[in-house]
Amino acid sequence: MADRVAVRLRVNGEDMAVMVPPYKTLLEVLREDLGLTGTKHGCELGECSTCGVLVDGKPFLSCLAIPLDLEGREIVTVEGMASGSRPHPLQVAFAELGAAQCGYCTPAMLLTAMALLDRNPNPSREAIKDALSGVLCRCTGYVKIFEAVELAASRGGHPG
Amino acid sequence: MATLAEEFSIVGKSLTKPDAFAKVSGQTKFADDLAPPRMLYGRILRSPHPHARILGIDTARARSLPGVLAVLTGDDLPVKFGILPVSQDEEALAREKVRYVGDPIAAVAATDEWIADDALDLIEVQFNALPSFMSIPDAIAGGEEPIHGRSNVHKAVALEFGDTEAAMRASAHSREDVVFFEGNTHLPMEQHAAVAQYGADGKLTLWTSSQTPHYVHRALGKVLELPMSRIRVIATPNGGGFGGKSDIFSHELVAAKLAIVTGRPVKITLTREEVFYAHRGRHPVLMKVKTGFSKDGRITAMQFQSFLDGGGYGSYGVATTYYTGALQTTTYAVPRYRFEGVRLFTNKPPCGPKRGHGTPQPRFALEIHLDKAAEELGLDPVEIRRRNLVKPDSRTVNWLRITSCGLEACINKVVEESRFLERRRAMPPGRGLGFAISSYLTGAGTAIYWNDMPHSEVQLRLDRNGGVALLCGAIDIGQGSDHILAAIVAEVLGVELEDIQLTTADTDLTPIDLGSYSSRVTFMAGNAAKAAAEKVRDRLFGAAAKALHCDADDLLARGRRIFRRSRPEDGLGFAQAVQLAEAESGVVSGTGSYTPPRLAGPYKGSGVGPSPAYSYSAAVVEVDCDARTGEVRVPEVWIAHDIGRAINPVLVEGQVEGSVYMALGEALMEEQTFRLGLHKFPSLLEYKSPTALEAPVMHTYLVETIDREGPFGAKEAGQGPLLPVIPAVANAVYNALGVRIDEVPITPDKVLKALNDKEKRVGPKSVPAFTFPRLIESDVPEEWRGK
Repeated sequence: MADRVAVRLRVNGEDMAVMVPPYKTLLEVLREDLGLTGTKHGCELGECSTCGVLVDGKPFLSCLAIPLDLEGREIVTVEGMASGSRPHPLQVAFAELGAAQCGYCTPAMLLTAMALLDRNPNPSREAIKDALSGVLCRCTGYVKIFEAVELAASRGGHPG
Repeated sequence: MATLAEEFSIVGKSLTKPDAFAKVSGQTKFADDLAPPRMLYGRILRSPHPHARILGIDTARARSLPGVLAVLTGDDLPVKFGILPVSQDEEALAREKVRYVGDPIAAVAATDEWIADDALDLIEVQFNALPSFMSIPDAIAGGEEPIHGRSNVHKAVALEFGDTEAAMRASAHSREDVVFFEGNTHLPMEQHAAVAQYGADGKLTLWTSSQTPHYVHRALGKVLELPMSRIRVIATPNGGGFGGKSDIFSHELVAAKLAIVTGRPVKITLTREEVFYAHRGRHPVLMKVKTGFSKDGRITAMQFQSFLDGGGYGSYGVATTYYTGALQTTTYAVPRYRFEGVRLFTNKPPCGPKRGHGTPQPRFALEIHLDKAAEELGLDPVEIRRRNLVKPDSRTVNWLRITSCGLEACINKVVEESRFLERRRAMPPGRGLGFAISSYLTGAGTAIYWNDMPHSEVQLRLDRNGGVALLCGAIDIGQGSDHILAAIVAEVLGVELEDIQLTTADTDLTPIDLGSYSSRVTFMAGNAAKAAAEKVRDRLFGAAAKALHCDADDLLARGRRIFRRSRPEDGLGFAQAVQLAEAESGVVSGTGSYTPPRLAGPYKGSGVGPSPAYSYSAAVVEVDCDARTGEVRVPEVWIAHDIGRAINPVLVEGQVEGSVYMALGEALMEEQTFRLGLHKFPSLLEYKSPTALEAPVMHTYLVETIDREGPFGAKEAGQGPLLPVIPAVANAVYNALGVRIDEVPITPDKVLKALNDKEKRVGPKSVPAFTFPRLIESDVPEEWRGK
């Protein structure tokens, strides 16, 4: 049995403490130790951004991070997007416009878009493309995703 | 609620699909998200050799590693399997030899993933490496030890419909092209995963990201030698499929066996690299096409040859082979047609079905071939196609039944909207426009295993509050099949989408659907759902008619009410009607089934190609080429698709746009190629796929032809729209630079090479010498006799 270390993380506004092997990635700890399976894995090599979360408001590849390095930082996963049972406007727009087909890249796509809207509430199509370019999607051809980000932006982009 | 004046309340509307909010909130449980208590982690040891005999496997050191609970080798799972009954050539773990790098050899279950990985390193395998066959010519040339049996020829077919030689001789004009389509892979964002659990009651449950749970169920029964009644397969929502999860995979069988051996749940999730090697993707296909034309550009005869590089096992390859020759005739009226195809075994990961299954390759060849022929005949690219279009309600020379056909409307739409004809002659430097058309199946007309039973079945059960439980074996792979089922039932019963509770793809609970492949679910499961809902509705109408003292024929179900057409205020709540029916005769339930009509022609091999309906697409692609770097960009695409009827337009558009995207990846960058048996690009960084930055402006037009056999007239959208885009890119590059790139992907190096080539072309020059079997000369349908 591997040695374990205590890790304290702040995830979705909640303080969490877990005992994990020190080499486990943030992705693995979120999914396997904290039950936050909304964060997905696509390559575990930092190539596809499927595992994207937000750390201090910025898109962050959870598959490349060691949780011990993130103590004291603010981590947000897709489970933290809604306000209670009220979904974030981006989630509503993605659902309405069919921007989530299989739904596997969706959590990372949403969080990356949320970081964009927080920084730039009315992004151009080019800015949206640029911001989302690291997150691979194989289903949609990205079109509905761009439209959903624009729709959410037009509705204010923040939970009302 | 729709007004009475509207034909439908739910069908035809861009409503939010039932699984959308679970997906956007991260609540959808994919297979790897499952972790039953006491779960073990499984890992598979794979071959480092493309072709080798296994002399011995020593698992003793792995077994003694603390934390390892089981080690399996091929002797633990000796029964062979394969997706097609004619190709039972795979073993869950190879016993005597390995046939590609990545072929599974042994497996372990351990308490964590790291121990499982360490255990694999402790398994010692002795190999005797054999010469390998890495290409189509290699495989044809053969060697001392073929990959399977006595020859590397997996399947060879030769069919002829009418005398093509005579027709060719009598043609005013003919031309021949040799074209190559490189292999590529599905690349779903979700890696395949399976979780198996074996209960104390002797029942096995497998959760798996599979497009075909019914076929997995059958294979588990066969390989594990268990009655199917003791096996439950639950397909989890697929994080992308595209055909890549429609085979039977080693890890599914191995996870099940490990769970049986250890008595604990076992999960196997493939790494991204393993997904590349599991493959079953697009076959590399070398093709030769020769077409005869009359003076005015009408096709008189066509001869098509295809050579498929199949990889190490059969997979769907027999079907793929036929598909490379089947659908040439569903877009163009070809009066005389010959098809010869051969699939070769090679020492590479097995190829199988990817979006368009065996038809994007010949479509690519055919559409660039026609563009070239048009130029020789002095016709524009649109006109040559118009002169040869199939007609609705006709039969092709190879006996395929065409019903609804919106091809002409699709062509008109994209040609007009893009101003193709006006603009193509006056494009700015480096810019070009290309055009192509296509057709695809709406579900394969025959099942993978021969039987007379329905292809899709749906069961409904109503509760006293007006809720509707809908059970169906279909699995949503992102295409929106959950929505289609719910929408059809809600429409017929006059309830809302949220009243439908879906249970899908669970072999213990749901009646059969053959799977999410061949673009069959909307049409087949949709028809089954419609039939089930109509039965239930009739019962509700019977009970309501008594209460309302009217004729059941006068009743309408809409807006959660059942009411009289003639006096809409005269009605009952839907739940009230359910209660009346339940009081009258018990559980309110109903089933519906769909069996496609028997459409196969009178010749051997006619089982591949028939479909109850064909979808049609037309595309115009604009390219922006850099003659200095060879780079090709696609700024804009116009695509029209004959969907029959869009049950949910936003979902159909999503399928069309996703198809365009995937086609552009295949056309410009994606390739699954090998060096010394090793994949050249087995990662998401090296295997190039389009990002958001490459996404073109897409103009998507849905053409509705209301197919008479489709549910509410619907056909398919998931695969067909991919087909015209790839050749349209190649044709656009020609329009832009005057070079012909007769193979995909159209990479910058090929463009530069073509610009410097005397003939301004890159592509294969010939096909290898190969003796095809004797032609099976089929009779032709009545309407083609004597033509």
